Amino acid sequence: MLYFARWKIALIVLVVAAGILTTLPNFFSKEQLESWPDFLPKKQMVLGLDLQGGAYLLYEIDKEDYIKGRYEILESDIRDALLRGEGGRINYTGLGVRADGVQLRIRDVTRLSEAEERLQPLVNPLASSVFGGQAVNEFDLAVTDDGLVRFTYSEQGLQDRLTNIVQQSIEVIRRRVDEIGTTEPSIQRQGSDRILVEAPGESDPEQLKRIIGETAILSFHMVDTSMSGEQALQSRPPAGTVVRMSVDDPPFPYLLEAAPLLKGDDLVDAQVSFDQRSNEPVVNFRFNQSGARKFAQITQQNVGRPFAIVLDNEVISAPVIREPITGGSGQISGSFSVEGANELAVLLRAGALPAKLTVIEERSIGPGLGADSIESGKLASIIGGVAVVVFMVLAYGRFGVIADLALMANICLIFGALTLLQATLTLPGIAGIVLTIGMAVDANVLIFERIREEVRAGRSAISAVDAGFSRALGTILDANITTLIAAVILFQLGSGPVRGFAVTLAIGIFTTVFSAFTFSRLLVAMWLRRRRPSKLPI
Amino acid sequence: MLLRLVPDNTKIKFMWLRKVSFPLSILLVIASLAGFFLIGLNYGIDFKGGTIIEIKTDGPADIAGIRSDLSDLNLGDVQVQEFGGSDDILIRVEEQPGGETAQQSVVNKIRTIFEDQNVEFRRVEVVGPRVSGELAQAGAIAVAASLLAILFYIWFRFEWQFAIGAILTTANDVVVTIGLFVVLQLDFSLSSIAAVLTIIGYSLNDTVVVYDRIRENLRKYKKRPLPEVLDLSINETLSRTMMTSVTTLLALIALYVFGGEVIQSFTLAMIFGIVIGTYSSIFLAAPFLILFNLRAEAMSPNDDEKGPEAKASV
Repeated sequence: MLYFARWKIALIVLVVAAGILTTLPNFFSKEQLESWPDFLPKKQMVLGLDLQGGAYLLYEIDKEDYIKGRYEILESDIRDALLRGEGGRINYTGLGVRADGVQLRIRDVTRLSEAEERLQPLVNPLASSVFGGQAVNEFDLAVTDDGLVRFTYSEQGLQDRLTNIVQQSIEVIRRRVDEIGTTEPSIQRQGSDRILVEAPGESDPEQLKRIIGETAILSFHMVDTSMSGEQALQSRPPAGTVVRMSVDDPPFPYLLEAAPLLKGDDLVDAQVSFDQRSNEPVVNFRFNQSGARKFAQITQQNVGRPFAIVLDNEVISAPVIREPITGGSGQISGSFSVEGANELAVLLRAGALPAKLTVIEERSIGPGLGADSIESGKLASIIGGVAVVVFMVLAYGRFGVIADLALMANICLIFGALTLLQATLTLPGIAGIVLTIGMAVDANVLIFERIREEVRAGRSAISAVDAGFSRALGTILDANITTLIAAVILFQLGSGPVRGFAVTLAIGIFTTVFSAFTFSRLLVAMWLRRRRPSKLPI
Repeated sequence: MLLRLVPDNTKIKFMWLRKVSFPLSILLVIASLAGFFLIGLNYGIDFKGGTIIEIKTDGPADIAGIRSDLSDLNLGDVQVQEFGGSDDILIRVEEQPGGETAQQSVVNKIRTIFEDQNVEFRRVEVVGPRVSGELAQAGAIAVAASLLAILFYIWFRFEWQFAIGAILTTANDVVVTIGLFVVLQLDFSLSSIAAVLTIIGYSLNDTVVVYDRIRENLRKYKKRPLPEVLDLSINETLSRTMMTSVTTLLALIALYVFGGEVIQSFTLAMIFGIVIGTYSSIFLAAPFLILFNLRAEAMSPNDDEKGPEAKASV
């Protein structure tokens, strides 16, 4: 156990040196690192949100809202297919959206198969999920002999839609966030219907939340002037119209034609500028070609009538069309603040979210608390480390010094590994390191106690050391593997802070075994070879 | 002269002491379980849902004023307490009825109270009902899964009696630690799960070291009665057990005192767990083996080939 081949010594020294080198950049500022020669590593540790401050937002797609929206579209498609399909009108009753699908009853049972034929295309085969040649439909269609027809979401259809929605939403969110440009958050899918947004350095996530949370479905509607908004609220709005409230405070009701003239999809650009007369911020937008053509046509036909610009079911402005607008661009003026106008422009440019998103978990840490945590973590590590180092020297003398050197190498290796792997260091992660400092000496304690025993049993110095190391090996492995199992499971099942802890704990186990079994053994061997003591100072 | 926590060649009769340690542990476990089921843990927002806001005020905070401002908001159960200093305030709000979006409005409402004051929002955490349920489940699974995985590992490396003994010892530590959470009504959060899992890791580490020595001694002294071998093994490893506990505790106490308010309950649980883990690996782990009729003959010779220590045990 005490003989080391030259290449082994070289390897051990190399590993420890690499640990020290990769750890070093963490003690310097970014500016200082700039001036370092290129061959030196410059990577620094990634600090978790709890240490550098930042926001963690977990969004979930509002599944029920999305399904309801889809069912409503399906309902009107069914109406179209049965009333206006080729082969004449098929009468039905009780068409409506239920909790679990869209349902209707065909009056004339003899035409049931004809109806089924017409409705069949509405199941909407999904091209993107063809499993082994078998196409998956978005909806399941069930028809009973007594004329009852029911559409429900198919399990796979919903999964497929959700996958797409998450994908699209991530892209939209990324575009929106890039537009504000203040932070560089990471945006990831989590599970089947969730999106995790992590924004380091963002201490006040309110703006971020506002900008992500808006669905931002923009549409243009003609205002119905047959009755006022208040009247429509009190009575029933006429068929084909809806009442929408304005964003003003207090909100004001508008009666709008339900079918939009144009939708936000036709927008190509939106920019903030200032109105020349009132000097208030406004949002200028531009349509694509087909949108511009439609817009020109509409404005030509409706000069003098008001139309409404609706964002997420709220009227943001309802100007009167003064003249035909043929250039394909327009202006939204509301009572915006500059910030509000900016956000609207960003939302319009980035496009609408395919479904509503809800925040289900939010954690944000201010930079002050993060800095405090780093400070107290540093202080605790240093004090804990010094206490352990002193104690080891008191308990094992010269061997304690060796254990302390191994401990320092160990800490360098942990920091080096964390830096190299770019693993995130969190506050529980620091706790993991401090715990490792305590436990790292365990391996050395096991060895030294074993050596003491062997000495007591009457062995010579060299043979006691040799036996101490070789007999402690199995114990150390067993003990550390059990802890490693706990760390791995913690990592697999844990989230956020728990994971950070698991990572440092696991890395600590590897470096501990390495430093006890190679580095401190090497130091002991070197010391024995030089001094050749007859009695061990242990 | 070097420091010795434990004198050389101790001959403490631990097997005899089990007449004290077993009833004591059973009592503690029953008390902990009773506390858990009758009083219950003080679950944090990670598992219960709700909102935590930590603020730093300019100068000492007016807690009573903040309390009355908050109670005007009708947010249900609201706790306001100092957090590490008189200018550092922690506000906890229980989960609001009305699903995920209802939780979000809490933060906005509370922000309006402090709008015209110079207040730094140091931390805001909101956990909705769906996530909290999942986190609780994931936490429970993590604890169970790691116990099971370790059970199999020890079974593979030792005899089944060791595996059962190790699991019982560890389960004791977990239950008693949970008892501590109940008694002190410490906030039981995600990091508490991490603390419990660390205790599992540490306690097993300790237990395995003792078992390792027992296995070695059982092979060495095939003729000696089991209790004697167990006593010998514990005495031989006693010095190491104490040393490691002390160094780990030194590091943890430093963390408890200087590591800041945020991880204090985490480290407190861990300190307690290390103490309990050390106790159980000395007083419970080995006596359990007697209960399950472990005999020297059980250590069949071909077991020797299983581990790298085979060469070492003559």
